[in-house]
Amino acid sequence: MTPWLAMLAFGAFHGLNPGMGWLFALSLGLQQRSERVIWYSLLPIAAGHAAAIVAVVLLVMAGLRFVPLELVRWLTAAALLALGIYKLFNYYRHPRWVGMKVGALDLFWWSFLMATAHGAGLMLVPALLGVADGADSHRGHAGMAASANGAMLLAVGVHTLSMLVVMGSCAWLIYRKFGLAVLRQKWINFDLIWAVALLLVGIVALLMAGSA
Amino acid sequence: MTLWKPDPSFYPSAKMAMQAPAERHAYVAALNPDGENKPDAICVVDLDPDSGSYSQVVHQLELPNIGDELHHFGWNACSSALCPYAPHPHLERRYLVVPGLRSSRIYIIDTKADPRRPEIVKTLEPEEVMEKSGYSRPHTVHCGPDAIYISAMGSKNGDDGPGGIFLLDHFSFDVIGPWELHRGDQELAYDFWWHLAEDVLISSEWGKPSQFENGLVPEDLLGNKYGHRIHFWDLRKRRLQQSIDIGKEHQMLLELRPAHDPTKQYGFAGVVVSTEDLSASVWAWRRRGGEWQMEKVITIPPVPAEEDVLPEALKPFKAVPPLVSDIDLSLDDRFLYVACWGTGELHQYDVSDPFKPQLTGKVEIGGVVNRKGHPKAEGELLGAPQMVEISRDGRRVYFTNSLYSSWDDQFYPGGMSGWMVKVNTRPDGGMDIDPDFFVDFGKTRVHQVRLEGGDASTDSYCYPS
Repeated sequence: MTPWLAMLAFGAFHGLNPGMGWLFALSLGLQQRSERVIWYSLLPIAAGHAAAIVAVVLLVMAGLRFVPLELVRWLTAAALLALGIYKLFNYYRHPRWVGMKVGALDLFWWSFLMATAHGAGLMLVPALLGVADGADSHRGHAGMAASANGAMLLAVGVHTLSMLVVMGSCAWLIYRKFGLAVLRQKWINFDLIWAVALLLVGIVALLMAGSA
Repeated sequence: MTLWKPDPSFYPSAKMAMQAPAERHAYVAALNPDGENKPDAICVVDLDPDSGSYSQVVHQLELPNIGDELHHFGWNACSSALCPYAPHPHLERRYLVVPGLRSSRIYIIDTKADPRRPEIVKTLEPEEVMEKSGYSRPHTVHCGPDAIYISAMGSKNGDDGPGGIFLLDHFSFDVIGPWELHRGDQELAYDFWWHLAEDVLISSEWGKPSQFENGLVPEDLLGNKYGHRIHFWDLRKRRLQQSIDIGKEHQMLLELRPAHDPTKQYGFAGVVVSTEDLSASVWAWRRRGGEWQMEKVITIPPVPAEEDVLPEALKPFKAVPPLVSDIDLSLDDRFLYVACWGTGELHQYDVSDPFKPQLTGKVEIGGVVNRKGHPKAEGELLGAPQMVEISRDGRRVYFTNSLYSSWDDQFYPGGMSGWMVKVNTRPDGGMDIDPDFFVDFGKTRVHQVRLEGGDASTDSYCYPS
């Protein structure tokens, strides 16, 4: 159960980060004076985010064909720690792309790029491996690969849904209730938290790899 | 550099920025004209009326080189850092990015440790600036959402164009490179700004370095060879989209002031002089059916004068041209201030309807013929309102009197001194010179003013007012 909860929690965490999408959707809604624009913008953003994570899932699945699970665990931990340390000192760097006039396709690719560049998918790999592991242990050896893959994709869906709900809530609350002034007081340094999160997940991944 | 909460001087919208606390000091670009053998400086002026040193220069940061010719400058970061597609709200508005227009050197000046005693922390030498940017004579600095944008008057080699825009990295201040990917036939440069929410950048034209560095070239002016076009660019694709020629007689299309509210797609541009009738004008742009249009919305006529009271350059015309050298728009997009550097006036227009400005206020000081004084200064004053800066709440306007060293001497021969003046405005229009505020810089000339925490020509906002 723990890996699934982790996927859910990470969804909320990614959704909460203004740099991952809700702020962009909110600004488009404000600019066009339409609440509906916010909702329409959040969907391609969520889809782009999910696509970035699916790309990582595919990478992991492909990796598992060639190297043993233990090695994948170690590699994941190493990558997480390396990205975490890089981000700790460069947390303020973001890919620069698009502008303010964006369509659904722009938002999709923007979100894909943001999630990829910040290692949103990588952050989920330990949890995803846990999900795959759980799926394995419930089945016999024969249906293993298929059920593990299915479980991982389902977990990405759960994650994305959780992210979408949190993004939507943030955007809606500011649009309807609090107003933009909230940005000035409550916009904590999410980039720095993100870097620390990568490091923490990296440490957990390291411990998991060691104990497996 | 690490902040936990956004820099408190960043505001999502212009309307919110108007609630900001009043500025307590200003940074003023000060230059020492040739022959003085003294470097230029950034002066800190006390603006706090409750302070004992109100209206005084409390510190002068002398630059280590001579002959930079400070002109315009700007902040490393501003409210555009809150823009949603590349937010970095935890940057600080901390460094002044100060280009030398003549030297092509760029100073990075830190104001954090003691805002009233700023220090140089990095210098980009001319060779580096020119090599990496492809340009020379850096001019306007704007803090963009993704980088620091700087316009430049000349190309890296020689005194000619094309001038353009280059980028500085937000964090390291390294020159990233030229901004344009497709510049079309744009050659002259000067000011630029943008409609961030529309992905549109707007740039204007002054002239080539050879047309201004040794003074105004009368033949070029009478031959209509200074800039008279405005350019609209795709900010995202870095491509020239549309240029408008407002007529070759409208010489020197300089300052650009787009509306601060991102839902509005209009702005104002000042034209120094018409070679047909010596008038100055302000134009407004707007987008109609996908095309940008320019319309003349303010015309300021010249004032006839006797030949013997005019400087050499103006004698043949028997009149003083208004010479609109700077304009500035208040954060609520309501009042436009227009500096008439020839006649010695600052005009205030209500531009609630941008295409029907109403004159709501006027102050007189200096001027080629009038030389009108100030209650706190002795005798006549040379120079006139030039660089204008408005406080964020719109209640105070500051201006300085120098245009450009060699041009000052042409229009105000006889040793113009540098001064700075403050104007108090009334909420619904009208303004008066503050009798208690006059800063005398002596032989030092003063140009752009930047106010603590931001002002009306620094920040860009991605969220509607």
